[in-house]
Amino acid sequence: MAMTMAEKILARAAGRPTVALGEFVVADVDLAMVHDIFAATVFALLRSAGFSQVWDRTRLVAVIDHLVPPPTEAAARVHQQIRRDVTDFGLTHFYDCGTGICHQLLGERGHVRPGMLLVGTDSHTTTHGALGAAATGIGSTEMAYVLATGRLWFRVPETIRILLRGTLGSGVGWKDAILHLAGRMGADGAQYRALEFGGPALPAVGVGGRLTMANMAVELGAKFGLFPADAVTIEYLAIRGVEATAFSADADATYAETLVIDLTDLEPQVSLPHSVDRVQPVSAVEDVPIDQAFIGSCTNGRVEDLQVAAEYLAGRHVHPHTRLIVAPASRAVEQEAMERGILSTLLDAGAVLLPPGCGPCFGGHQGLLAPGERCIGTHNRNFAGRMGSPEAEIYLASPATVAASALFGRITDPRRVERSLRYAVR
Amino acid sequence: MPSAEAPQGRKIRGRAWVLGDDINTDLLAPGAFALAPLAERVRHTLEAVNPRFASDVQPGDVLIAGANFGCGSSREHAPEALKALGVGCVVAESLARIFLRSAVAIGLPVLVCPGVAAAFREGDPVEVDLAAGRVTNERTRTVLQASPLPEMMRELLAAGGVLPMLRRLAESQGAGRGWIDDLGA
Repeated sequence: MAMTMAEKILARAAGRPTVALGEFVVADVDLAMVHDIFAATVFALLRSAGFSQVWDRTRLVAVIDHLVPPPTEAAARVHQQIRRDVTDFGLTHFYDCGTGICHQLLGERGHVRPGMLLVGTDSHTTTHGALGAAATGIGSTEMAYVLATGRLWFRVPETIRILLRGTLGSGVGWKDAILHLAGRMGADGAQYRALEFGGPALPAVGVGGRLTMANMAVELGAKFGLFPADAVTIEYLAIRGVEATAFSADADATYAETLVIDLTDLEPQVSLPHSVDRVQPVSAVEDVPIDQAFIGSCTNGRVEDLQVAAEYLAGRHVHPHTRLIVAPASRAVEQEAMERGILSTLLDAGAVLLPPGCGPCFGGHQGLLAPGERCIGTHNRNFAGRMGSPEAEIYLASPATVAASALFGRITDPRRVERSLRYAVR
Repeated sequence: MPSAEAPQGRKIRGRAWVLGDDINTDLLAPGAFALAPLAERVRHTLEAVNPRFASDVQPGDVLIAGANFGCGSSREHAPEALKALGVGCVVAESLARIFLRSAVAIGLPVLVCPGVAAAFREGDPVEVDLAAGRVTNERTRTVLQASPLPEMMRELLAAGGVLPMLRRLAESQGAGRGWIDDLGA
């Protein structure tokens, strides 16, 4: 029977030759991830259920990334407890404060392999579909079950195929493609279903772009956001010491639906408050004044994202009424951006540099908003109250649009701003 | 704290709190209070939608919601807060994936019921028959039939969620079968 990527992975993990659509299966989890907001809770649940060990201490990655460095004593105490838990349970993989965002680190440090079944206590765990893994978010209690048994139930999802066609124009990025899709499909357009990306433009999508798009699959309600593992994936993994082979759906797999994104005609997109699927072309919202611009997060905090921002900001300064906040997705990203002069360009332009981590994206600290303030950011969620006051407004866009907007203090089409090619050479 | 144990056999009665589409996890459990104790977290539940919710909600009250209820984060704080406040059931046009899983995992009754959003006004008396999947507006006498939850989820809800299952597994020192072992068997 021909299978989609999701079906192949769930069948393999459930030890079955095939699975049926809509069927519930019990599958072995290949990798689990917990971060600082939920890790201590998960370990406490595990202990309270009577378990003193995890099923496999080499298959769990614990990351402190949301509240780094700890902004409150409460956060510091939670981090202290997590370090104790990591020691007590003898975990092999632990990334402490300042190493980076969990979703950046899993790929960057070679934990993810194509065909894996991966769960994390974070909705943006779908990110790892970029490398061909069926990866999804679960709650703390279900994670405790996974850590005890190494298994979890899954419903075999329908898959929507997204075909990428054409070529992105200058000033338009992969973030615009996924925002466009969110606007087209709606916040529940892929509810309980998997997205599988493909099409003739696939080889042009670097791993960074794939991570951005798979990251936001959950904003459409999707369970997985899968990219086939191809030469691009294999090269990315090889650099990180991971040997991988190509992995994709069977050629005649059945899809619930097929949508085409024509990249050539795509304009820069902006998601309007307070819902990710309220998407408009930038031209419809130009000139909306902004107080804060944020470049970072697991969606768009990588070197290529900071580089694009630097291309717009080189030799210029952000608008006097706008603060620009930059948070690299990891220390490795920060170091590379430093070595290439990207960070000093951003600092010269007036950026506030945050430590590698989630920054203000989830509303804990480092750039929260007052009532009536507007922020445009490269992150993935613009819910009311997400970053401080519920009366603040959050707009989501690409690094190019955010950088151009920071320059002028209002939402700006990056295609109207001349960019420096200083960083275009790699 | 009201118990959600073995909800299968009982009927839930309370007042309806009517909510729109896409009620997300930041509204249910704002991230700024992520590390606060539960008693403090619940005070902020839905405060951006209805500042009176957390103080006025009564045990057994029912949330009547539109599509995609619980979308957003994986934070279990969202269903946990509703359970702690005594919400008897969430009845929505549709439920976001992680919210549905987590609600069932912690024993918070939930139902997906097409047409429910239009059938209720704020404060209407509501009765939910979980076993039958029936939702009644006692003011208008409208009776709606919810889509049944998968059997495995119904069993899990009846058992009070994942944790009791996990305890049983620990007590059998690994020799026992997890509840999920019976799936597809």
